[in-house]
Amino acid sequence: MDNLAGKKSGLSWAVNISVAVLVLLWLFPTAGLFVSSFRSADQISTNGWWQSLFNSEQNVTLRTANPDEPGVQVLENGVYVIRGNLYGVAGKAEIGAWGVSSRAIDAYVAGDTADLGDGQTIAVQANGDYVWTSPTEMTGRGQRVFATAQTPPEFTFDNYRSMLFDPSNSEGMAKAFFNTLTVTIPATIIPIVIAAFAAYALAWMDFPGRAILVAVVVGLLVVPLQLALIPLLRFHLNIGIGKGYLGVWLAHTGFGLPLAIYLLRNYMVGLPRDIIENAKVDGATDFQIFTKIILPLSFPALASFAIFQFLWTWNDLLVAKVFLIDSTGQTTVMTNQIVELLGTRGGNWEILATAAFVSIAVPLAVFFAMQKYLVRGLLAGSVK
Amino acid sequence: MNPALQGLITVFIGVSGCIGYFYFSNQFLDKVLFPAKGVNAGRNIHRANMVRPWLFLLPAMIALGLYLVYPVFATLWFSLTDRNAGNAFVGLDNYRQMLSQPKFWEAMNNNVLWLIIVPAASTAFGLLAAQLTDRIRWGNFAKSLIFMPMAISFVGASVIFKLIYDTRPVDTNQIGVLNAVWLQFDGGMGSFLILRLVPAALVACFVATLAYVGYTTARKRMRPSHHERTLLGGIGAACVVAICVIGAIMGVGAFFGVFTFDYPYGEPQTWLTTPTWNSLLLMVVLIWIQTGFAMVILSAALRGVPEETIEAAIVDGANVFQVFFKIKMPQIAGTIVVVWTTITLTVLKVFDIVFAMSNGQWETQVLANYMFEQLFRANDWGVGSAAAIVIMLMVSPILIWNVWNVRKEMR
Repeated sequence: MDNLAGKKSGLSWAVNISVAVLVLLWLFPTAGLFVSSFRSADQISTNGWWQSLFNSEQNVTLRTANPDEPGVQVLENGVYVIRGNLYGVAGKAEIGAWGVSSRAIDAYVAGDTADLGDGQTIAVQANGDYVWTSPTEMTGRGQRVFATAQTPPEFTFDNYRSMLFDPSNSEGMAKAFFNTLTVTIPATIIPIVIAAFAAYALAWMDFPGRAILVAVVVGLLVVPLQLALIPLLRFHLNIGIGKGYLGVWLAHTGFGLPLAIYLLRNYMVGLPRDIIENAKVDGATDFQIFTKIILPLSFPALASFAIFQFLWTWNDLLVAKVFLIDSTGQTTVMTNQIVELLGTRGGNWEILATAAFVSIAVPLAVFFAMQKYLVRGLLAGSVK
Repeated sequence: MNPALQGLITVFIGVSGCIGYFYFSNQFLDKVLFPAKGVNAGRNIHRANMVRPWLFLLPAMIALGLYLVYPVFATLWFSLTDRNAGNAFVGLDNYRQMLSQPKFWEAMNNNVLWLIIVPAASTAFGLLAAQLTDRIRWGNFAKSLIFMPMAISFVGASVIFKLIYDTRPVDTNQIGVLNAVWLQFDGGMGSFLILRLVPAALVACFVATLAYVGYTTARKRMRPSHHERTLLGGIGAACVVAICVIGAIMGVGAFFGVFTFDYPYGEPQTWLTTPTWNSLLLMVVLIWIQTGFAMVILSAALRGVPEETIEAAIVDGANVFQVFFKIKMPQIAGTIVVVWTTITLTVLKVFDIVFAMSNGQWETQVLANYMFEQLFRANDWGVGSAAAIVIMLMVSPILIWNVWNVRKEMR
């Protein structure tokens, strides 16, 4: 279509813009969570995360230093003076308009001097510096200043610090993170080994019933996992495994096998027949052919399946809930803990966003590192 | 013992156990049972080769049998028995009880909506994204960003979208994007354009597409010269036409609904507690995840369309849209069906999203979550298993179709 003379530039602009819109639309939700996980609870509840990326205009109530504290006011030329910064340090925000009464919060602009009555005055600069003067000694609390200020973007690592590295935080994700990892690794590796042998038999060995077995595997590919919950839980309880890691490893192995066998078989069937027949002529046994030739050549398919199974077990909630997590809650996985946090801390977005992002980060890293294999697996794995 | 250590040991035992099994069973077969020497060498080799495939298959067959085949029958049995009466056979009582629950029908209704909307929308967006990104220089980068949600868990996606749907009281800053956008509408000209005219146009396009698909399918069947007159094909075509007709009727209803609907302008909405809208918003989460999948597969299919057919069409004076709809679409129709059915399977099993975002409250129940609730909250294995069987029944047409195709391919 590129050779449609004359129409190309206009069309290609339209295409570029629509793709950009589509990508932004798809990225926007995740970006929201990511940005929110770096904001404090106060910031999250003051404005939307998309506003946090720019200077935001906020109405804030600030207070000068307390005159009663020793050393705050100094006597200069017969006038009592308090100097300081409304924000504590200069440069945290830029004050535009300000006022000294809640009814007129924009009575003055930065640099003006306000008359407080009784001869008292206060001058506020844009960076928050103030000078408060009085002919008599000042008492009581600090003077309130209502300011309309431009606050620069501000982000913090505190959420991650408390969710990951704070041992006293009972809602911390560190434990769940390791539990998830503990579930994932055996549940990814073991099915690969079992499936590779079966796939080899289905691809390269001749025996009666082979076609039926392939059909059965394809059928099992779509059997909903929901059917397996009760019978298998009962089975695990009967043979004494109960709820625990062993049970969840076995369950994930069983549920992952159809896809593993299907993917690997499809890939192995495509390997060149010559290599295998030559090896057979040279006297190699099936076991040798499998370990020395097929397995190394099938690496891309093995990687595809490993990524699938990893993402699936890492992100799983249902299997973990049924087969792993007991009433003590010691073996909770991240997905489950996030769901619990959604129930108990529904409004605390700094906690939720951080927890969710901790759980999302690892699959995302795997995704971007190994995307090639994932795409290849998807293309091979969808039943044609 | 530390579970991480236990995990490592399991990996070691599992992997070495498997490899050891395969190695030693092969050795046993070749050296002890049927040694390839002596007078019976020829016969023994033959016998060993008869047995060996089953050695390779055994662990997988045990695992599949125990973890997928057995549960199907066990669940069927549970759905016909009563656990409280000592697992006595009660016939269809559980099903009867299930059918009498309004929550079940709510779940069924929602599931049907999910089944229509999510695969359709994901496939459509995926096709759009595939077609557009194939044409530009940074297409691969764009693709990987649209594909990214595939790596995010349903639970993670639920948190992401809950933030988007968040509601704050009136007169405070909205921190959910949806409400922030919603409050921009004031019922003026812009609102009319975006909230009435644009959706109406989209619905009209949808109805037109359905009508076109239904009409062409029906006409193809009716044509006397049609040579592939199979029963299965006939049923398939009838299903397609029926779905198109139902969808088109619903679409016409929605078209008029859009103009008469009374929008509550200026009030922040609690999206997840407003029935029908909340179901749609939950579907958005799954569409967001599945679009990338559809895009990747369809993009590969689009690349497989032979250049010559496109060039021939252009030479004959076809425009961009004609090339897409008349040349490319028919050639990737098979892949579209595959994508559609794969997403349908995901939709049927969707549990995490509903569980995490609304837990089936406010009329958002779906079958998988209904089943979980029956099994583990109500502790009613009978009804829960019956619900699982319903899911299985809904999956089985796709199961049969897949097996059918594979058998055809292997012949």
